[in-house]
Amino acid sequence: MSNANDPDVALQTGTAVPPDEPVREREPEVEPPSRWHEAFRRVTTGNAIISVLAVLLALIVGAIMIAFTDERVQAASAYFFARPGDTFVAIWDAVGGAYAAFFQGSIYNFRRDDFISGIRPLTETLKFSAPLIAAGLGVGLAFRVGMFNIGGRGQMLLAAAGAGWVAFSFDLPWGLHMIVAVIVGLLAGALWAGIAGLLKARTGAHEVIVTIMLNYVALYLVSWMLRTPGLLQAPGSNNPKTPPMKDTAIFPDLLPGPQLNLHFGFLLSIGAVFLVWWILDRSSLGFKFRAVGLNPNAARVAGINVKSMYVYAMLISGALVGLAGVHQVLGTVTTGFSSGIDAGIGFDAITVALLGRSTPFGILAAGLLFGAFKAGGFSMQAAEGVPIDIVLVVQSLIVLFIAAPPLVRAIFRLPQPGAKPKSKRTRTPRKEEVAAK
Amino acid sequence: MTAPTQHHATTSSPGLDTTVVVSWKAPIAFAVVTVLLAILFIASPHAGDATFRLSTGSDLIQLPELVLNGIVATWIGVALLAAVTVASAALVRAKRRVPLWLLVVFAVIALMAFLTWAAAGARTPVIPMPGLLAGALSLSVPLIFGALCGVISERVGVINIAIEGQLLAGAFTSAVIASVIGQGILGPIIGQVAGLTAAAVAGVLVAFVLAAFSIKYFVDQVIVGVVLNVLVIGLTSFLFSQVLAPNASLLNSPPRLERLPIPLLSEIPLIGPMFFRQTIIVYLMYLIVALVYFGLFHTKWGLRLRSVGEHPTAADTVGINVARTRFWNVSLAGAIAGLGGAFFTLGAVGAFGKEMTAGAGFIALAAVIFGQWDPIKATLAALLFGFASNLQNTLSVMGSPVPSEFMLMLPYVVTILAVAGFVGKVRGPAAAGKPYIKS
Repeated sequence: MSNANDPDVALQTGTAVPPDEPVREREPEVEPPSRWHEAFRRVTTGNAIISVLAVLLALIVGAIMIAFTDERVQAASAYFFARPGDTFVAIWDAVGGAYAAFFQGSIYNFRRDDFISGIRPLTETLKFSAPLIAAGLGVGLAFRVGMFNIGGRGQMLLAAAGAGWVAFSFDLPWGLHMIVAVIVGLLAGALWAGIAGLLKARTGAHEVIVTIMLNYVALYLVSWMLRTPGLLQAPGSNNPKTPPMKDTAIFPDLLPGPQLNLHFGFLLSIGAVFLVWWILDRSSLGFKFRAVGLNPNAARVAGINVKSMYVYAMLISGALVGLAGVHQVLGTVTTGFSSGIDAGIGFDAITVALLGRSTPFGILAAGLLFGAFKAGGFSMQAAEGVPIDIVLVVQSLIVLFIAAPPLVRAIFRLPQPGAKPKSKRTRTPRKEEVAAK
Repeated sequence: MTAPTQHHATTSSPGLDTTVVVSWKAPIAFAVVTVLLAILFIASPHAGDATFRLSTGSDLIQLPELVLNGIVATWIGVALLAAVTVASAALVRAKRRVPLWLLVVFAVIALMAFLTWAAAGARTPVIPMPGLLAGALSLSVPLIFGALCGVISERVGVINIAIEGQLLAGAFTSAVIASVIGQGILGPIIGQVAGLTAAAVAGVLVAFVLAAFSIKYFVDQVIVGVVLNVLVIGLTSFLFSQVLAPNASLLNSPPRLERLPIPLLSEIPLIGPMFFRQTIIVYLMYLIVALVYFGLFHTKWGLRLRSVGEHPTAADTVGINVARTRFWNVSLAGAIAGLGGAFFTLGAVGAFGKEMTAGAGFIALAAVIFGQWDPIKATLAALLFGFASNLQNTLSVMGSPVPSEFMLMLPYVVTILAVAGFVGKVRGPAAAGKPYIKS
């Protein structure tokens, strides 16, 4: 059933070889670790300066887009050669205004009188970043095992459906209700991602394809449940929407005051960061995960069950992405949800994980940055009329630039790291000598 | 899942030994579908009549309406399906492959039986066949373009997740260019041609980014593809809200392509309206499907392309420039996908809308895999997916008992099953997804 060139199959035949046989005879059978993993390592390791420059470059491109599409700039550029100053003033107004609105929407609003309403944008940033961090951790953990979980959307939808169903249809005491809802949501997300992990482990099906397809299956499944009375649809309504969540299940607010919407889910995300750090860096499971991610063939030879690692990794990854879905229904949109509840977070999580270089604390930082982008983007749209879609452009450009450090180095004329491989090159002839003997 | 029993039979032909690998998957899949349909027909028999309308009012040759009894016709269908299953099992026993046409025959009979059953139990038991088929084809057109793009770029060794982005870029650009030029002094025809060209150019531009990042910078191809989709969605949505929406009459009202019925051929009952009463872009699609098939398997270009995708080191050894071959063929694939994007604006809707491709690129990707990286099979898979979604439209108009979401889910579930190896042997080009780093 598996492909003939599947590294796992090749390895299975490899383990059947008696251990005292020379290693180099086995080499041609075993496929070298795929470029896939090497590319991940290239993306996930690198200089911090590249990240900073990538963000800067993306913001510059964003500024250019704002300037070129601004009506005042277009009007002023009509008489550019008569009065060029007007054009530059208009560009400065458009870009400066947009990025000022961006800052005031994501960090601190100086136009407010009191501190509480001035700091509200920062709490909004934290609120938006909570699901991004959770989902980013899920995608990042899968990266570390050498898997690509694009199925964030489907996992979030099913987690939201599971948690939401518990939250609006059960009557449980305060606290317990929330815990049960969270657990059901995490399980739903984990199982949905687990399908992809199981298929990869058992049949070698590529998890990218399977998770993309599962996104659509989940979307239609949840859409059907949302319009079917008795499943998720609000009673007595014809809209594909659930009833509101019960108060006993909703995440409590962390800060006093009706303006500040930061909820308990943010703490859950921070807790998840430490949990993932512990799993990856301190537990034996995490050691196995990282070993499989770096080189599945070597991991297999070292006695690690690679296939079950794939399944475990997808289960944990799905649970983390599911946590993002739970955030959405129990924290952000508590008045009942429809099929758009994932709000694109499943895809944003991929960029968060890439920007955070798949490390838990990197993902925390990247999640906060993208949360700020989201909060600032809404304010920019409201204040300056710049469509929020520009945030998508800036985010994707950041990831593109980070994925290709040589490009960023070339743009900023930084030295390309070329001296490094020297030590490796001296080793290669020795290897050949051994092989010649 | 147990591993299927595979029979390796060696038939010796003069001078060349070929191994025919036959698999029991096809007969097993046929048997499962037959049994499932039989169970469905037993569990809820629909006794009414189903009317198949075979001609539209404007046809030259009018076919009478076909009225089938729900119970009789469905059971005849099940009997035929059982016969096909037995025939395929006999073929496999005789160590021969199950031909593609048998699969198509099976699929058509199964669909007809299912349609009869669904219509017989519906409120309005009339199935307008010409509309159903023509609608299915037009839903399939962008999928076929996207699938051909995927086939070419994966065959040359670059996984193309960015089909969605290329379709969207093509749709956006063709709408803008065709509107601007079509309303000028040059007239709508020139505008349409310019729009189609611009769509192909836009697809190539997206492909350039994919190719540059994956071939020059060795960035993981799936990551580039995913990010490119987000980038194109962001760019087109931004420009749509910021530029197109305020100036819709100038920038977003392209002249729609007219239907060009081909004389004689368009009067063939049932098939004519489906295939030969279409816009120029559909005829272009027939041409491209044929060209890609011929080119891939019968020309030097195709041989080189496939060798680069299967074994780049070997191709390099015999003097093929791997990076250049990949770069230009990925760009060519982008042009095809871009043309498919133009169908959304010039062919179907008539204006650009935010994220109007709505996942068509991913269904195209599914068609590539389900079609086993073969242009003809991928086209058939795209037609099947288009048919499934149009069938859902028709069934929901008739008031059928099957929830429409499950019909929409079908392509994706089928693809998962295909990738997992239940449907057939699925193996992509060996070097797809791996950058070739010359040492």
